[in-house]
Amino acid sequence: MIEVHNIHKAFNGNPVLKGVNCIFETGKCNLVLGGSGTGKSVLLQCIVGLMKPDIGSITFDGTMFTNNKVDIRQEIRRQIGMLFQGGALFDSMTVAENTEFPLKMLTPNMSREERRDRVEFCLKRVGLENAGNKMPSEISGGMKKRVGIARAIAPNCTYLFCDEPNSGLDPATSIKIDELIYEITHEYGITTVVITHDMNSVVEIGDHIIFLHKGQKLWDGNKDEILYAQVPELKEFIFSSSLVRAAKRVEDEGGSLDQIRNEPAREV
Amino acid sequence: MIQVFGRFLLFMQSMLVRTERIKVLWKRVIDEAILIGVDSVFIVSIVAAFIGAVTCVQIAYNLTNPLIPKSTIGFMVREMTILELAPTISSIVLAGKVGSSIAGGLGTMRITEQIDALEVMGINSASYLVLPRILGAIITFPLLVILAMMLSIFGGYLAGTLSGALSGQEYIEGIRDAFIPYNIAFALIKSVVFAFLVSTISAYQGYYTRGGALEVGAASTKAVTNSIIAILLADYVLAQTLL
Repeated sequence: MIEVHNIHKAFNGNPVLKGVNCIFETGKCNLVLGGSGTGKSVLLQCIVGLMKPDIGSITFDGTMFTNNKVDIRQEIRRQIGMLFQGGALFDSMTVAENTEFPLKMLTPNMSREERRDRVEFCLKRVGLENAGNKMPSEISGGMKKRVGIARAIAPNCTYLFCDEPNSGLDPATSIKIDELIYEITHEYGITTVVITHDMNSVVEIGDHIIFLHKGQKLWDGNKDEILYAQVPELKEFIFSSSLVRAAKRVEDEGGSLDQIRNEPAREV
Repeated sequence: MIQVFGRFLLFMQSMLVRTERIKVLWKRVIDEAILIGVDSVFIVSIVAAFIGAVTCVQIAYNLTNPLIPKSTIGFMVREMTILELAPTISSIVLAGKVGSSIAGGLGTMRITEQIDALEVMGINSASYLVLPRILGAIITFPLLVILAMMLSIFGGYLAGTLSGALSGQEYIEGIRDAFIPYNIAFALIKSVVFAFLVSTISAYQGYYTRGGALEVGAASTKAVTNSIIAILLADYVLAQTLL
């Protein structure tokens, strides 16, 4: 469990986070939802230690992370796996080498064979068993995200952070990535934090959702509760989706989305 | 200015804490030494040979007094090459090639979050990425300077003899005349200092790049400019203190 207490962060006097308090529960997909510029990524960077909060503290399973000794912070960091927005794969390494990298660096006692087996397992787990020899420049955006997930889970991470895992992906690939994150979270019982503004992810994998608006937490709950949340900013965020508006128009015209979906497609 | 220098010192310090295991570090140093050294052999060789040749031709052109022996041309080529041209010009060339490569490489890693990925894994990115580059440069710069010295003197020999400015025997006589072995040591000390300056300044510029592709280009340009200025300043200081 990750506990975030009263996090404040400002840049050049402009507050981005204004006293955020939240808990990310173990074994669940915790989503941080919010529009652009609401402080989601800054919150994530504070949690993983890439940025230092001005005020506030963060604990990982009861161990203080902020302002603690470097060794303890390092120890916590070694249990963190992170999927970056652009994948952040090392472009001089193949897919397999990227996946192997944290094992090489963090588990010096692991033999070469054990590492190879683990890499094979992780790549198979994300559906990339045949892409091990490819370079990051040779694979698609969706595959890069999968490699990022494989690299994150390779050293048996306890905490998985995903920064907008669906950005730049088509809806079908986004859903596959969401499903993968969800499955891995529940399979290994890890604490997953996903930063997103994608409502598809919310209804798909949101075990626990936190809504950020203008640097403050306005609501938290789960995917079953979010549509009924009585927070104007959240309602506006959810129902501003063009797809939701389109569905409403279909309903107003007496149709239904299911009916449209099940209509036989015409030959082009 | 003071703030930048303080930040530079903190950057240097961050490299030396929580360093990677010796085995990992050594492998990275060798990789970087190959990238910096082997890949620069061609350009350093070309520049050195032509500088030696041009120096020889221009000295011959200026030495019109029949009382001065022609072997002086060889002597002057040797002195200029060892004391100044080989270490300084080679390092300026390397500042352009290696410096921009270090700054561009680290800058790209920064903006594509690869450095953040290392940090999140609990790896000291400065130590893992920068320290091997500095050590690689410190190992290879003196070797490249030795190569540059030899090729420059050989270039002078070819230019002098082929143009008929002096005979091969006169040139070799001049090369061997009043040789001071300390000058070689001085040139190698200079090359180590220049290697340190080029690699650290370029790494600093690349490591702290913010923004996008445009900023990576700007960081590379700044790395080369600042490295060359630092080389010239250090050249003067070393000449004043060590000669």
